[in-house]
Amino acid sequence: MSGVGKRRSHESAVGHVTGKAVYTDEQRPPHGMLSVYPVLAPHAKARILEIDWTAAHQIPGCVTVLSAADVPGQNDTGVIVQDEPLFPTEISYWGQAVVWVVGETEQAAREAAAKVVVKYEPIEPILSIQAAVQAESFHTQPQVIRRGEPGLALAQAKHTLTGTVEMNGQDHFYLETQTSWVIPDGEGHYQVYASTQHPSETQTIVARVLGVPNNQVVVTCLRMGGGFGGKESQANPFAAVAAVAAHKTGRPVRIKLKRQHDMILTGKRHGFLGQYQVGFTADGQITALDLDLYCDGGWSLDLSPPVLLRAILHVDNAYYIPNLEVRGRIVKTNKASNTAFRGFGGPQGMIVMEDIVDRIARTLEIPPEVIRERNFYHGTGETNTTHYRQEIFDNRIARVWTEAKTKANFAERQAAVAQFNQANPYKKRGIAITPVKFGISFNKVQYNQAGALILVYTDGSIQLNHGGTEMGQGLHTKMLQVAATTLGVKIERFRMMPTSTDKVPNTSATAASSGSDLNGQAVKDACETIKSRLASVAANLLNLAPTALIFADDWIFCATDPSRRVTFTDVVQQAYNERISLSATGYYRTPEIFWDANTNTGKPFYYYAYGTAVSEVEVDGFTGTFKLRQVDIVHDVGESINSLVDRGQIEGGFVQGMGWLTMEELVWDEQGRFRSDAPSTYKIPTISEIPEHFEVHLLERAAQDGVIYGSKAVGEPPLMLAMSVREAIRAAVAAFGQANYVPLAAPATPEATLRAIECVRAHSRVPADSQLTASV
Amino acid sequence: MTHSPETPNTQLRLTINGEVVQLQNVSPSLTLLQYLQQSGRTGTKEGCGDGDCGACTVAIIGEDANGNPCYQAVNSCLIPLGAVAGREVVTVEGLAKDRLHPVQAAMVKTGGSQCGYCTPGFIMSMFAAYYDGKLDDAAVEGNLCRCTGYLPIRRAAQLAISSASGVANETANGAVNDSINGSINGSENADTHTAAIGLLNEFTNCALHGVDHESVDLFNSESDPFRQRLTAVTADLRSISYSTDQQQFYRPTELNHVLALLHQHPDATLVAGATDLGLEMSHHRRAFPVLISLEAVSDLKQIRRTEAGVEIGAAVPLSQIEANLHGVFPSLDEMLHWFAARQVRNRATIGGNIGTASPIGDLPPVLLALDAEVELVSAQGHRVMPLANFFKGYRQTDLQSGELIRAVHISTQITPSATRRFSQSYKVGKRGTDDISIVAAAFTVDLDAADQIVHARLSYGGVAATPVRAVQVEQMLIGQPWSWTTIQQVKPALQAAFTPLTDLRGTADYRRMLIGNLLEKFFVEINESQRINQAVHY
Repeated sequence: MSGVGKRRSHESAVGHVTGKAVYTDEQRPPHGMLSVYPVLAPHAKARILEIDWTAAHQIPGCVTVLSAADVPGQNDTGVIVQDEPLFPTEISYWGQAVVWVVGETEQAAREAAAKVVVKYEPIEPILSIQAAVQAESFHTQPQVIRRGEPGLALAQAKHTLTGTVEMNGQDHFYLETQTSWVIPDGEGHYQVYASTQHPSETQTIVARVLGVPNNQVVVTCLRMGGGFGGKESQANPFAAVAAVAAHKTGRPVRIKLKRQHDMILTGKRHGFLGQYQVGFTADGQITALDLDLYCDGGWSLDLSPPVLLRAILHVDNAYYIPNLEVRGRIVKTNKASNTAFRGFGGPQGMIVMEDIVDRIARTLEIPPEVIRERNFYHGTGETNTTHYRQEIFDNRIARVWTEAKTKANFAERQAAVAQFNQANPYKKRGIAITPVKFGISFNKVQYNQAGALILVYTDGSIQLNHGGTEMGQGLHTKMLQVAATTLGVKIERFRMMPTSTDKVPNTSATAASSGSDLNGQAVKDACETIKSRLASVAANLLNLAPTALIFADDWIFCATDPSRRVTFTDVVQQAYNERISLSATGYYRTPEIFWDANTNTGKPFYYYAYGTAVSEVEVDGFTGTFKLRQVDIVHDVGESINSLVDRGQIEGGFVQGMGWLTMEELVWDEQGRFRSDAPSTYKIPTISEIPEHFEVHLLERAAQDGVIYGSKAVGEPPLMLAMSVREAIRAAVAAFGQANYVPLAAPATPEATLRAIECVRAHSRVPADSQLTASV
Repeated sequence: MTHSPETPNTQLRLTINGEVVQLQNVSPSLTLLQYLQQSGRTGTKEGCGDGDCGACTVAIIGEDANGNPCYQAVNSCLIPLGAVAGREVVTVEGLAKDRLHPVQAAMVKTGGSQCGYCTPGFIMSMFAAYYDGKLDDAAVEGNLCRCTGYLPIRRAAQLAISSASGVANETANGAVNDSINGSINGSENADTHTAAIGLLNEFTNCALHGVDHESVDLFNSESDPFRQRLTAVTADLRSISYSTDQQQFYRPTELNHVLALLHQHPDATLVAGATDLGLEMSHHRRAFPVLISLEAVSDLKQIRRTEAGVEIGAAVPLSQIEANLHGVFPSLDEMLHWFAARQVRNRATIGGNIGTASPIGDLPPVLLALDAEVELVSAQGHRVMPLANFFKGYRQTDLQSGELIRAVHISTQITPSATRRFSQSYKVGKRGTDDISIVAAAFTVDLDAADQIVHARLSYGGVAATPVRAVQVEQMLIGQPWSWTTIQQVKPALQAAFTPLTDLRGTADYRRMLIGNLLEKFFVEINESQRINQAVHY
């Protein structure tokens, strides 16, 4: 059977492996489709003085050049505030698109784009968080959250430390770059095919730019070649450009960014800077935290406010901090506008905390994992309540942690690592264990709703629609399982339809790990409506009460006498004959959650997801390179709907997080030119970075009340398990000396790691040289 | 050399998934990927267009180290159409007719695809490796996946290999058992091979709607259509002279014909594996008016071994060097392991890596440390020079107009007064695998019976405008004992020898640290492996 709880391959797996799965740009092209190509600005900040495209028109195949004058509606694609001109008058980051050239072919558009002459007046750009803070270049006012009396508690603390933690952003590097097709029907309507995680928002933005009501625009997402948050708001401007081109020319238009353009033009995970003062007791109990958290929004606001909020709400990670003040602020820099990326600020907040925890540990010379344990949320009431006043009613932190320690043989291996380090002066191993607690629900309460539409045909075949998009995470697979289980039919009966705004309106982004929770309930609701209608029909056919029926395996039968039965298809046919509707919508909104934006308190999360990872690394003291030797994970996915999909999310999320924290380095030069704009210069993990031993254990007996079939969200939380790799590298670096502070940059590239080693050697009580030569 | 009377072929013709394709007025520098997509074969994806992600991987039937036909994974985004003329190309659409290939079935079974966009590339890398019998991590290290974290792909490779050969090693067992445990019946099966076949059959069949059984067995047998194809097909590497309105493309088969063409077209561009030039075509869309392919010049594709050393033809792909010369030069073996990825090594040539004269080319430091010589040839004759004299400046060489690299000579002899040689190479990048080096280094020391250094070569990439040797420091080492003290004594001079730059890969400061540290690492590792500690004074 293929219902809920079964390990089942991705619904498109056969399409994937045969190359037959169709992505946006691989549909059969409509007649006369045009392509667009951008003209990129060579300055990080500049006024545009003049644009001359006369030479472009001389290129054969150049159709037209798009500029602000061609926008029939509003020239803005901003999602929270309107601060994102599609065709700008001022350049706000290096590589920003000034105009777009439309060509009969991409090659023609490209050649014509090279002929567009733009005159600029360069302006001094702001290129770092520090520079922005200094220049008071902010997008927003500070967002402050406070608990207890942090000032007083710091003054009374036995120990205090101050420090800064800085981390780089991350490129999404979805394998399929941003893509949209816009097909005008000649009657003023637009069919948009977009690789978007948020079709309803793409619809809204395209309609806004075209100056038409939303109902004139249909946005359809077939499937995405990866998203990770990078196709939430970021898909919109490119769909909008194609829409403007389609409007102007009356012809179908496609846009598919070259990899380099995608990396230059689109926003990334936010870089963060944290400046903290922490107070703690002699045994490492944190008593107070005062934190300034700066988040690099880039040139426009995009989704930065909720990203920052999630960071602020996750600075505690798994730890109870009785007195705390966090002041968060979004800085405005001349970089691409940073955006959603798996974890959505949560990882950045948690990394600040884990950095602090490690520092406390080394200051007190207590093992980091002991400090972590001593600070876990625990008990009930205050010690189990977050700084935003949500009590963690389902606290599984200690349970997951203990299980991970056991499964990973943590104590034994820690001893083995120490032994290895004793014997090896030039390479050191490190082992670390880190927890994850991640809040599930969109912070924005109104996003926590979803819809579905089910269409049953008289032959018993079914089309299933829901508001979520498929980007590889297996949402459609899970939704099919939910539908098959709820209706008691075989999964082969269903055709999963592409996500489309003309089927389910006003959908939320497929984001915040919520896809399965929200859409699953909506699908279930729709199926239950159909089921209850069919039950009455079947009850008549079998001469039973509807409540006496069971739906299973394509049959509807008597619970007490299974031989009294009728096929699903027969009942469908009979329902049609009796003029009973065979289509139904489903709807869901998450209960209980609320948020007071004035006090920054409430219950923003319906529940929490938990995990713990143990990682072991070996670091080379000559080069700073590391090898990940072993990973053991215990993760809480509730009662898994599909363990194959869930493991895939855990493994994939972990490796993506490891890439962010160890090798993926975004590089801008001193003029703000983005230099890591290709896979030759921006390195995501390959298979060779994955250890032989990589064990994932799903927490058992973990059903979550009130969530679809007892499951839990799994998209984002596992990414943060990779903090264990960073902490393991730190542990290995620490073993090169005796320092009580191991400043390790993020990402911990070989260069950063070697610097940390040098720093540890320099600040060790044992001189570095004697360390080096001691035991050769 | 004798002149070939062969009449050149004036058409470009290749076979795609068994179908012969005749190309007319198509640019010979159009990449294979562009052609596939333009012709509606959209299964092959473009992830980067730079040869760095592997999404565009296809298999071509090429020649293995022994000259036998074999499937080779290559990046179709880097291959100009002209380079594959006469060859057979297999794309992802060509694998499953009425049943899935075992590598496809295994990927379905283990959850090896999530978003699916990288999947065709993985499938083709795995397909080629399946027939190599080397379906391991290295087979897919040139394929990026952003979704899965690679673990299910590794399991798929193990499952497919188990089904193929019945190997019952521990990891394969694990993978298969893992799949069984999660599968429908949940049964345990002692026989991994049979179990693997069972698992895959379930998928090859059900996935494509009830075809015949024993699908996997078919791929295990002589009647596997892809195995049959290997023996049935011979690459048509006849001479080609093809032109379009704007371009001329030549693929001569004789060296003297190449030289004559070079004489005739002094501005012609030579192309061999096209892994570097392909970037210009793919990424920068540069058109080349006259292209001369060295693909079919057999004189340039030989590896010859003599008493004194080896001669490697300039157009020999790296994967053939890897296979043929394994164990001869440890530093070469090591560097080839880190050199790009399988798809690139299948195409990239030693001559190309030297001729492009990049300061961060991977092979030059190794070859410099081995005192390699280059043999250059032109219509006027030929000359041999030390590689050290070949590099003249940033991306400049001593190559004259009308001249090309014929071969690289490497001696296998150590210094007469020495009793043994230690030689190793190192490459440091942000990511170990498939990265461009921040600093690469190769070292050779010959020691006499008293552990005195009698010969030393310290060469680097990434520290100057060209690949370069630290000649002064080499001289300082002569006559010194092979010891930690010696290394420490020369380290300041070594670090002062170059003025590296800061770029996006690393700072000058880090490069300077690596210059010295890598020599220390070499010393420590050699000592660890040779266990000659007693002879060393600290």
